[in-house]
Amino acid sequence: MTQVLSEHAAGGSHSGALLEVENLHVEFHTRAGVAKAVNGVTYSVDAGETLAVLGESGSGKSVTAQTIMGILDMPPGKITGGQIRFRGVDLLSLPEDQRRKIRGEGISMVFQDALSALNPVFPVGWQIAEMFRQHRGTSRSEAKKKAIELMDRVRIPAAKERVNDYPHQFSGGMRQRIMIAMAIALDPEILIADEPTTALDVTVQAQIMGLLSDLRRESDMGLILITHDLGVVADVADKIAVMYGGRIVEHAPVHDLYARPAHPYSKGLLESIPRVDLKGQELYAIKGMPPNLLEMPTGCAFHPRCPYRRDNCVTDVPPLYSISGTRDSACHYWREVLDDGSR
Amino acid sequence: MSDPAVTQDLVQGVGDPSEPAVPTRSNRPRSLWVDTWDILKRRPIFWISLVMLILFLLMAAFPSLFTSKDPNFATLSKGMDGPSGEAWFGYDLQGRDVFARCIYGARASIVVGVLATLLTVLLGGVAGVLGAYYARWVDSLFSRLGEMVLGVPYVLGGIIILGTIAPAQTSPNEFMIMAVVILVLAVLGWPILMRIARSAVLQAKHQDYVQAARALGAGPFRIIFKHLLPNSLAPILVYSTITVGSYIGAEATFSLLGIGLRPPVISWGIAIADHTRYIRTGAHAMLFPAVFLSLCVLTFVMLGEAVRDALDPKLR
Repeated sequence: MTQVLSEHAAGGSHSGALLEVENLHVEFHTRAGVAKAVNGVTYSVDAGETLAVLGESGSGKSVTAQTIMGILDMPPGKITGGQIRFRGVDLLSLPEDQRRKIRGEGISMVFQDALSALNPVFPVGWQIAEMFRQHRGTSRSEAKKKAIELMDRVRIPAAKERVNDYPHQFSGGMRQRIMIAMAIALDPEILIADEPTTALDVTVQAQIMGLLSDLRRESDMGLILITHDLGVVADVADKIAVMYGGRIVEHAPVHDLYARPAHPYSKGLLESIPRVDLKGQELYAIKGMPPNLLEMPTGCAFHPRCPYRRDNCVTDVPPLYSISGTRDSACHYWREVLDDGSR
Repeated sequence: MSDPAVTQDLVQGVGDPSEPAVPTRSNRPRSLWVDTWDILKRRPIFWISLVMLILFLLMAAFPSLFTSKDPNFATLSKGMDGPSGEAWFGYDLQGRDVFARCIYGARASIVVGVLATLLTVLLGGVAGVLGAYYARWVDSLFSRLGEMVLGVPYVLGGIIILGTIAPAQTSPNEFMIMAVVILVLAVLGWPILMRIARSAVLQAKHQDYVQAARALGAGPFRIIFKHLLPNSLAPILVYSTITVGSYIGAEATFSLLGIGLRPPVISWGIAIADHTRYIRTGAHAMLFPAVFLSLCVLTFVMLGEAVRDALDPKLR
């Protein structure tokens, strides 16, 4: 794979981040019409960096990830614009067989529900070993030994005894660890975790987050953490991209966003987190429904739900205003939002 | 299997995630097939059909174990004599031992049934898997082709094909006679298996583990053979077992109509066909082969249904 990429990035002239998504557009052609799932998403991740992509269902965060991986079902999906550059090479222009080599080795992915993401008819050790067998041609016994090492690395107790067990014999947290073991088996440079803790208990969520964070540090991976839960990313993420209606509405270092959000949607999300010091008060909720992708609101997609709405929000699509070198917000009135701060 | 509570917990896959989840060694790995076997071995219908299957297979492989008579030795003077101590099932029209002919008839019927089923699984399975995996025009091509074949009534199709390509005047050897019937059964039967394989693969295709396998770099070949096929095998297996039974019946039907197997092959269908006109004077010559035929069909159908029930998670 390294060869493939170096051929394309001849001269190694690229100076950008390890993975850059630029102005990506993805549509789904359905019987009901064209659903614009991703409308110009731009983000980047560098080695050793953690980007949290935050958004509710239908905000386009998973579709973006699937497009990066190249596992989007096409049709109905269709990439209508943009670039995804991995080490400076546009993945979207690579032929399928070269993209396949990048999957698993260059960019890898962890799925939400590990039970359904593991093949039910094979032992977990076999499935991890398969990664080495298919990409590296490792021998059966050697691959199994590596599978046990990996199971140890993701802290599965008694890995040696459990290597021949089937996915349904593991608890939810252990299954997610196995999924992670498969994803990191070939030392990928980028790991995408699509809601890795959503299907898990709260106590286990923290363990899995801790594990992902440790693994990232140990091997200097870039980590893209997709989630709808602001609570789980605070400790592990470096920067955060908030998505709404297929666009990034705010992009900021994680602590800046928590301290002073610059978009009404991020502000609403932060305020809907239950807090001990506000016990007894009614919990805030963002009014209204997520946008219908078939019929996007005009202007700013968030305007029907926005407390800061003015007339021009209905007509003018806000660009991604640059607030500082590291912060952007797609709100015409970001100054106002920023000054209000969070509750 | 001794502790139902443990099984329950394992099947549900829930449990304290922070537990040091070390299974005892007695807890053997439980897969779909282990579960299926556990259910199968508790069902009498499975054991009955298994014993009958073994009997029929032994008959097909070593007919001389069951009878010392020569099925082709004819004593014309004894023609249509009824059952006696000397010949348990009596003699047929040409004075051949009916029991011996029933025993020797197993081979042709089972060989035709099993080989035709294998060919059907191969044709239908490949068409179904490729159609479901590649979708679009590949799927349309196989589906429409299958519908065209299914549109022809089974027996009519058999009569047309067998009547044209295997005229009765020529006298090829036993192998050729059987090969033609096997081919016709499979050519007429593959669309049903294609539909089963297709729907099973379509179901497996949209599972997360197929997406995950793609995301981790698996190619089409690996996805089909390691992910789609193993997870679609159950319905294909069940249907094929039942198909063996129905093909044996279909072979007998064709033989009865004079277009299937014919002498020198010995088969139940031929025996029935030869003696339908003598049913009032000597029913035994037709009845006993018919009983063997029915039992054999029943064996495969019962076995298939036992396996199907055992694989059905709702019955667990």
